[in-house]
Amino acid sequence: MNVLSIALFVLFVAFVLGISFYFAGRAKSASGYYAAGGRIHWGINGIAFAGDYLSAASFLGICGMIATAGYDGFLYSIGYLAGWIVALFIVAEPLKRLGKYTFTDALDANYNHRGIKLMAAISTLLVSVCYLIPQMVGAGVLVTPLLGLPHAVGVVLVGLIVITIVATAGMTSTTYVQFIKGALLLIFSLVLVAVVLTRGLSTKPDQGGRVPFRTYQTLAATEAAGGLVLEDGSWQIAAVREAKGLRFVKLLRDGRESWWKAEKDATTGAVKLLESQFTAKLADGTQTVNGAPASKENQLATVGNMEAIAGKTGDEAATGSLNPFKFLSTIGDPRSRIKLWKNASFDDNGGRVTVYYPVFAAGNKVLRPGQRFKVEGTATDRIDFLSLMLALFLGTAALPHILIRYYTVPSPAAARKSTIVAIAAIGFFYILTLFMGLGAMTNGTVNLLDDNMSAPLLARSFGTFLFSMISAIAFATVLGTVSGLIIAASGAVAHDLLDRYAKIIKNDKQKVAAGKVVAFAVGALAIVLGILFKGVNVTFLVGLAFAVAASANLPSIVMMLFWKRTTARGITASIFVGVTSSIGLILFSPTMFELYGKDPLTAPFPLKNPGIVSIPLSFLTLIVVSLLSRAKAAKGTAPAV
Amino acid sequence: MLHEPAAKSGPDPAFLFKRRLGAWMFILYALVYAGFVVLNLVRPGSMETIVFGGLNLAVVYGFGLIIFALILALIYSQACGRREKRLRAAGAEGGRT
Repeated sequence: MNVLSIALFVLFVAFVLGISFYFAGRAKSASGYYAAGGRIHWGINGIAFAGDYLSAASFLGICGMIATAGYDGFLYSIGYLAGWIVALFIVAEPLKRLGKYTFTDALDANYNHRGIKLMAAISTLLVSVCYLIPQMVGAGVLVTPLLGLPHAVGVVLVGLIVITIVATAGMTSTTYVQFIKGALLLIFSLVLVAVVLTRGLSTKPDQGGRVPFRTYQTLAATEAAGGLVLEDGSWQIAAVREAKGLRFVKLLRDGRESWWKAEKDATTGAVKLLESQFTAKLADGTQTVNGAPASKENQLATVGNMEAIAGKTGDEAATGSLNPFKFLSTIGDPRSRIKLWKNASFDDNGGRVTVYYPVFAAGNKVLRPGQRFKVEGTATDRIDFLSLMLALFLGTAALPHILIRYYTVPSPAAARKSTIVAIAAIGFFYILTLFMGLGAMTNGTVNLLDDNMSAPLLARSFGTFLFSMISAIAFATVLGTVSGLIIAASGAVAHDLLDRYAKIIKNDKQKVAAGKVVAFAVGALAIVLGILFKGVNVTFLVGLAFAVAASANLPSIVMMLFWKRTTARGITASIFVGVTSSIGLILFSPTMFELYGKDPLTAPFPLKNPGIVSIPLSFLTLIVVSLLSRAKAAKGTAPAV
Repeated sequence: MLHEPAAKSGPDPAFLFKRRLGAWMFILYALVYAGFVVLNLVRPGSMETIVFGGLNLAVVYGFGLIIFALILALIYSQACGRREKRLRAAGAEGGRT
């Protein structure tokens, strides 16, 4: 924690709150509160789109995933951007033409059906909450290094600020917060990439002299009848454990223990032990890090470096400044060798140990899919990859907080233009994510406990100012996205449910008041969930939110626009099936089983991403129910549809 | 109740043109995107192929998808804007006669 970080943080928060209070007067009517009066300029709206969309998942999560899994993290960038094509070509103008304040308005415009209002509002709420979780987790992640506060305090802080933003001036203040944040994010990400390229690559990154490079040892051993025998007699073997099909060895020297990963050469039979880092929860409940009690000073060291750069090692490998193409081609060179880190947990002496061990990957393997998504794995692995890419492509145009931004501009043409500005800004940012992620991977700035911190830690390797700016912008990133999500949820309850479904709203003033009350409630829920989901990669969580949105909302939007036989019942059933199937499949997926503390292999649904099942199922439901309800109406056994 | 639009817009004579163009451009992009996904699944090794400037197919295709999206978006916007302008002018002329 330092004075500059705190000053910038306070300045940002004060500025954001200032904007909210300034615009408070414009949010007296429902139109002003939910749609900024439909008067936002398309250019500002386009950057606000970027501010809304480039959430904690995009900035923190993607950079973190690229830093730990290489190109696989960039797949999210590609998928997230591709989704805007669906938004522009299919959704933007019709939605603007049909809708008023919420996505439900557009869907229900030609039907005026209570079922659609109810289901679409519930779907909006659920998708917003799914999307809120990773944003709040990201907030907690940021506040810890920035202000030295615990994760939970960060989450509460964001929750309170966002509730204030939304409750004071609704969509107007949210729009300007997102505009400013979007612009700053683009500018400072570009600055970060520029300094990464200027620094270049080396095999011993020392963060510009700020953090000495840590060398990890390798010990030679032989396999004997009684077990392993170390060549260096100063070490003693205290235990051998197996996890994930790997062998880990506990060594003792000078009374201090350490864990090493054993690797056996298949041809020579020689064994080498790779020094690892580890955390342990001892039987008495004590937490240790690398064999000493955990404390603020004793934490896992940040990692990430290249062992060989285009075949060169040692001092001669340092490249100096690189242009963007050379940077990528050098890392992706087959002769480059990158040290990545994985982890495994097992029981030891009544306690639980997690070992963080190095693995080495050739550059050409890091800069293509495969580190995380097993495209060369089993059929299930491949289908999972396909499922993820499908959900990312179809999810964007179905996200309620993105869809409502089409109502803030004055015309369908402005909606179209603002989408194009958004594609340009977001596409540019996503290209930068590859450089930021790889920069973190090769500059020793990956936090083993939380890869979400990779981009801010990369910035810190260039000094306090850049770190403080990037962290403050990342914090604003969370504020902007969470504000949009809360507005979407607020509209779903106050406008769709209370006004249009239950018809209990009597006037404009009541609708605004109801929206503000809902903003408080959703903000409080977001705080609780943000604390509960601490430590999960935020991009992964957002990927799941995309799957729910794509399954629940997109089939209805597309079919309503392009299939004349679509009926209100078909839409209602499709949303219901989309929501329940996607969330149901997620709850029974390997990822959730891991979170439950169960063996992921026992999960009834084998895929981590449900989209490939739930999206077609939702489409199919709409078609079948629409045809059936039309047939019934034709026979006169059901009301006309 | 209270179901008024946030901002009212008039009739759009270019609506059908825009919808058709949007659908075709969507299909075009979806095919290129699907090609990327399928290539990764069917021939993942091909992603390591150096295409130009030392960059492999994974990077070039990935960046290409992002840039292609922007190019299509600009073409779409240009085409829609031109058609709207022409139809508006034709409408105004029709109104005068």
